[in-house]
Amino acid sequence: MRCKRCHGPIRSRDTESLQKVWAWLVAGIIAFIPANIYPMLLTSTLFDRSEQTIIGGVIELVHYGSYGIAAIVFIASIMIPVGKFIAIAYLAWAVQHRSSRNQHQRHKLYDVVEFIGRWSMIDVFVVAILSALVQLNAVATINPGIAALSFGLSVIFTMLSALAFDPRLIWDEEEPVRHD
Amino acid sequence: MPRVHLTSRNRTAVQTLLESMSLPPLDDLIACPHCDTLHIERALPEGGSARCVRCGIVLVTRRSDALVQMVSLACAAVILMMAAISFPFLDINAAGFTNETSVLSAIMAFSSGNGVPVAIAVALFIIVLPLTRLLALIYAVGPLVLGHKPRPGARIAFAMTEQLRPWAMAEIFMVGVAVALVKITGMAQVTIGPAFWAFVTLVIITIFNDRIMSRYTVWKALDLTSRD
Repeated sequence: MRCKRCHGPIRSRDTESLQKVWAWLVAGIIAFIPANIYPMLLTSTLFDRSEQTIIGGVIELVHYGSYGIAAIVFIASIMIPVGKFIAIAYLAWAVQHRSSRNQHQRHKLYDVVEFIGRWSMIDVFVVAILSALVQLNAVATINPGIAALSFGLSVIFTMLSALAFDPRLIWDEEEPVRHD
Repeated sequence: MPRVHLTSRNRTAVQTLLESMSLPPLDDLIACPHCDTLHIERALPEGGSARCVRCGIVLVTRRSDALVQMVSLACAAVILMMAAISFPFLDINAAGFTNETSVLSAIMAFSSGNGVPVAIAVALFIIVLPLTRLLALIYAVGPLVLGHKPRPGARIAFAMTEQLRPWAMAEIFMVGVAVALVKITGMAQVTIGPAFWAFVTLVIITIFNDRIMSRYTVWKALDLTSRD
């Protein structure tokens, strides 16, 4: 069946929804591990070469005294991805266990996850800008490390995981009868 | 007063009840895109807008110039995008060495190693997808503004602008630029080029356009014009 207005497919429920959610989520978590272990930025100046991981970048920003920016990077690259893994896993788990509790809150949580996920991309863009800009021959060059790639993939995989979740599944269990 | 709950026992009863009630024709119903609450469409006065009773999101706005505004903002954004990718974005100056980057040259600069996939991702998220969205919107709504019939595939084009929304990340890129500037100021002197401001304006216009864009108005206009 197709929508008569936008010709998109119409289904009552996406029966493979949870399978896709788990698959993308696992892929996202796997990609997140090297993203934190390996360097995000490879900096070489006249005197030395240094490698910087995501956490290393945050610590350096704190050393410079840019607490606000450090907080943005920390929230976008660590807290949002980890929070998203937990949130999506909880949503899928609750549907699988036919939970009928907190349906409104779970729907809200889904909205938040869907809205906020793309903001994790900030760090990948930072790396892209720095490495494009800082190409000063011998004086200083910055190149993207392998973590930039795996972090970007992790964000994309988790976005796909969130998009695969069918929020209507939240409402399929009967609400417990409340005597009020 | 006891509330009616849908249990398996009374679900069929409720279904037959719903079927026996005369629902208005489907075309007159609006489902809230956020919470799926069904509303019945009423004619709105010029300049009026209707909000969802449950979650408060704007469902319909009636402004005769809404489509014109949407298309002209999209055209402005396309022109700004051209400026933003071709003019110098940032200049860096350290110890006598300078490097001038435009967004386009930044993407071209990666030719080996880890840079290639990152460059492709950046190009997709900040140039290709936003531009596709804008052009699809102009393609779908533009003919309506000029009083023509919609072009073939206008519906698919408009559905695409909606689906690509989460993947167009120009505003996130701007936050990334801000972080990069802070990181770099200790190391070198950075001058902001004209493309930077073009990009900022572009982001503001895009956010504004997405805010005022009423999906329902566009679909309604597409329905009306393709009928006759």
